Amino acid sequence: MVKIGEKPEGVEGQGFFATSLDKVIGLARANSLWPLPFATSCCGIEFMATMGSNYDLARFGSERLSFSPRQADLLMVMGTIAKKMGPVLKQVYDQMAEPKWVLSVGACASSGGIFDTYSVLQGIDRIIPVDVYVPGCPPRPEQIIEGVMKIQELVKNESLRRRHSEEYKRMLESYNLT
Amino acid sequence: MTNNQHQQVLDALQQRFGADLGSVSEPYGLLTVEIPATRILDVLDFLKNHEQLRLDFLTDLCAVHYPEDPGREIAVVYHLHSMVHNIRLRLKAFLPISNPEIASATKLYSAANWMERETYDFYGVLFTNHPDLRRILNMDSMDYFPLRKEYALEDETRNDKDDRFFGR
Ligand code: SF4
Repeated sequence: MVKIGEKPEGVEGQGFFATSLDKVIGLARANSLWPLPFATSCCGIEFMATMGSNYDLARFGSERLSFSPRQADLLMVMGTIAKKMGPVLKQVYDQMAEPKWVLSVGACASSGGIFDTYSVLQGIDRIIPVDVYVPGCPPRPEQIIEGVMKIQELVKNESLRRRHSEEYKRMLESYNLT
Repeated sequence: MTNNQHQQVLDALQQRFGADLGSVSEPYGLLTVEIPATRILDVLDFLKNHEQLRLDFLTDLCAVHYPEDPGREIAVVYHLHSMVHNIRLRLKAFLPISNPEIASATKLYSAANWMERETYDFYGVLFTNHPDLRRILNMDSMDYFPLRKEYALEDETRNDKDDRFFGR
């Protein structure tokens, strides 16, 4: 059965429907996120299951994986990020066009996980901003889907002006991104 | 490897280097000989080109840190293998941590190049005359040698750990 996105709040009459541009665009974006899978280890395997037919992320409009950051909306970081990989991840994030969101999947990406050691980055939020964290080692595909749905919620409700705000710019600057 | 071969290797080494040889042991059946760090190239060259031994393959090169052994803190370990006669041998050379310098084996074994870079990366052993001695696995900006025991294994930038839960 095809399920159509719920219509946003608005004024309805015979032959017309009026709502704000924010909400329409949010709705469209939320249901057509193109994820960039940045899978480096075991959590990436769970992601493969999430994309597979049992769980099927396509149901949420995300079946089109983008392997180029330039066409991706959602960076999904799944796995251990070594410190040496850090600059690469940062560059990938930098190459994505606004608006962009980041989902950190698993204990490793979120905090370094069990790899509390000299070679591993202790959480990707040390180098790039993260929107949603998915806990678990590894999280089950249901949890990853929950994370994507949380991102969809953020996307739906984001103001079109947010990414032009001073606050957002300051946040990027704090990560040395501009 | 048979005891015969062990004896053969030992005899050859003793004949050539005599009193320079250090302790000899056979942990898990692998002949292990300690040699002075200054003679490493002589010993490797001799073993590689010896008619009956022909230890022509460098299986591994690594280091160990023994902080409680002053003056001999860093052991550089060489694993050699003879593809011709199937003989294996382990050599150990000890260095003081204040001056961990030893000659590079890259002239004899090309394989030593990356192994020595790795050993430098993790233990700070300086291989003299190495063509390109820089870090290989860790970040170039790293400013210490992480497998030396004076450094904590845990990442020092982590701040979400409550010591109470780790028995500290
Ligand atoms: S969080 Fe666990 S499952 Fe995920 S990458 Fe780290 S170790 Fe692997």
